Amino acid sequence: MTSTQLPFTRGPSKAARRTPRRKPRINSAYLFILPSVLLIGVFIAEPIVQSGWMSLHDWTVGEAHHKFVGLDNYTTLYHDSRFWNALRVTVVYTAAVAVGQVAIALAIASRLRRTTWYSALLRTAYFFPFIASLVVSGIVWKFLLDPQVGLVDAWLTDLGFSAPNWLQSTSLALPTVIAVGIWKNVGFTMIILLAGMQQIPPHLYEAAALDGAGPWQRFRHVTLPALRPALLFTTLIATVTGLQLFDLVFAMTSGGPIFHTESVVMYLYQKGFVEFQMGYASAVAWVLFVIILAISALQLRLSRFRDAD
Amino acid sequence: MPTDTIRPHTAPGHLGPRKDGPDPGPPAGLRSAALTAVRYGARLGTVLSWTAVTIGAIAMIIPFLWMLGVAFRTNGDLYADPARLWPTHWTMHGVDAVLDQLPFGKLVLNTFVFAGGTTVILLLFDSMTAFALARLKFRGQNVVFLLILATLMVPFQVTLVPVFLTLFHLGWLNSYQGLIIPRATSALGIFLLRQFFMQLPRELDDAARIDGAGDFTVYWRIILPNAKPALASLFIIQFAALWNDFLWPLVVTNNIDMQTLPAALTLFSSQSGVDHAALMAGAAISLSPLAIAFLVLQRFFVQGVATTGIK
Repeated sequence: MTSTQLPFTRGPSKAARRTPRRKPRINSAYLFILPSVLLIGVFIAEPIVQSGWMSLHDWTVGEAHHKFVGLDNYTTLYHDSRFWNALRVTVVYTAAVAVGQVAIALAIASRLRRTTWYSALLRTAYFFPFIASLVVSGIVWKFLLDPQVGLVDAWLTDLGFSAPNWLQSTSLALPTVIAVGIWKNVGFTMIILLAGMQQIPPHLYEAAALDGAGPWQRFRHVTLPALRPALLFTTLIATVTGLQLFDLVFAMTSGGPIFHTESVVMYLYQKGFVEFQMGYASAVAWVLFVIILAISALQLRLSRFRDAD
Repeated sequence: MPTDTIRPHTAPGHLGPRKDGPDPGPPAGLRSAALTAVRYGARLGTVLSWTAVTIGAIAMIIPFLWMLGVAFRTNGDLYADPARLWPTHWTMHGVDAVLDQLPFGKLVLNTFVFAGGTTVILLLFDSMTAFALARLKFRGQNVVFLLILATLMVPFQVTLVPVFLTLFHLGWLNSYQGLIIPRATSALGIFLLRQFFMQLPRELDDAARIDGAGDFTVYWRIILPNAKPALASLFIIQFAALWNDFLWPLVVTNNIDMQTLPAALTLFSSQSGVDHAALMAGAAISLSPLAIAFLVLQRFFVQGVATTGIK
C-alpha cells in the first residue's frame, strides 16, 4: 500500500525506506496486546495455577514453611460438614434464583413487550434494582425486614398477619435471601428477554394468528422457541453468578442464623481472609471452580445441541 | 423441535385460514356464547396481569423510597411508627451523622478513583487488544484469542487468594494501584469490542493506510471514534459493576481510609446499635451517582446490558 506513494516521494531508495517501516508493523500487534496479556497472565492465569498448587499445601499465613500435604485439604473438605452445608445453601439459592428469576422475568417481559409510555415506565422500575449494588440492596432489605423498624412487618401487622422475624428464623432466612436475589436481578433478565423478543419477526405471529392460534399458543409455539437462546443464556448467567453468592448474604445475614445462609464463597472468605488458612481456602476455591466449569459446560452443551437441530 | 413448530407457518402458501381442519366446531349460538365467555376471561386476565406487573414494579421501587425516608427522619420517629413510608418531619440528622461517623468524603473519592480509574484503563487496554485481534495479523493470534476466552470461564474467587498474596508482597494492599491494576483488563470487554470492531468496514482502515497512517493512527483516529457507542455502553456497565463491587475491595483494603463505599457501608451496617438514619443516608448517597446516571442515560444502560446479553 505504501509503495504506491513511493515514486512520488523524495528521499532514499525504495528498499531503504521499506525496511524500517515493515519491522515495526510486525511488532506493533504485540505491543497492542501486551498490556492485557500481561495483566491476564499475572492476575488470572498464573494465580489459577498457584491456587491449585497452594491447595496441596498447609499454607497458613505467617508460618515460614508451607508443608506439602498432597490431597489432604480435599479429604478434609470432603468430611467438613460446614463446607457441605455451604454447598447445599449455595446450590439451593442458585437453583431457586435461576428458575424464579427467569420465569418471572419471562412473564413480565411478555406483558411489557409492547412499548407504551406505561410499559416503558414499568420497565424502568423493574430495571432499577439492577443499578443498586447487592450491598445497598442487602442492607436496605435487612432493615426493611427488621421486626422493630421494618416496613414489611409493620404493614403485615396492620393487615392482621403475624409478623415473622425473617432473617433470624432458621427456616425463613434462606427463602428470604432467595426472594431478595430474585428481586434484584429480575430486571436484568427481563431486558435481555425483551431484546430477544424484539428480534422475533412479526410475520411469525401474523401467520400463527391466521392459523387460529390464541395468545397462549402463540406464546408457546412462537415466542418460547425463538427465545430459547436468550433463556439459556440468562439461566447460565444466573447460575454462574448464583454459585458465587457472597455480597447479598454478607450484607443481609453474615451467613446466619447458625450458618443457615452461609455460601461457599463466604466460607472461602472466612477460611482465607479471616482464619488465613490459604491452602484450605484454595481447595474450596478449586472445588467451586470445577463445579462452575461443569455446569457451564453442561449448559453450553445444551445450547449447542439446539443449534445442531 | 422448535424449528418444526415455526416452519409450517413460514412456508409459502400458508396465508388464509386452513380449510382442511377436521373440526367444524360447535353450532353458531353455542359458539358465540363460548366466545363471549372467552373474551371476558381474556379481558379479566389482562386486567389481572397488568395489576400484577404494576404491583411488582411498585415493589421494585418502595425499598429505595423507604431508604430515602429513613435517611431523613429521626430514629425516634422511625421506632414510633415504622409503618410510615415517609418522615413526619424531615431532618438532615442522618446525613450529618454519616459524615461524622465515617470518613465519607474519602470513601466517595476512593470509590470514584477505583471505579473510574479502572474503567478508563480497562477500556484502553481492552480496545487495544481487541483492535489487534480484529484488525491486525500476527502469529499466535488465535491462541491468544482462545486463551482470553478461556479466562471468561474462571470465577474470580479462584484467583483471589494468590492475587492477595502477590499484592501483599508488592506492598500494594490498601493502595489505589492494588485496587486498580489487577482489574484493569477484562476478557468480556475484549470479546465484545472485538466483535464490534469486526463489524466496522475495512475500507476505513484501507483509506487511512493509503494516506500513510500506521497501526496506531488507525486505532486511535479511525477505530476508536467509530466505536463510540460500544465504548460508551462498556464504560457504563464496567463503571457500575466496579462502583458496586464488594468482595475485591474488601479483600484488598482493610484500612477505612482506603475502603470503598460498599465495603465500608457493610461493615458499618453490621455494628450493633447502628444509627439507621446514618446508614440509610450513606446507602442513598452511594446509590445516587448511578441512579442519576441511569435516569439520564437509561438507553446506554439498557443497550449495555442487551449487548452483553445477546450472543
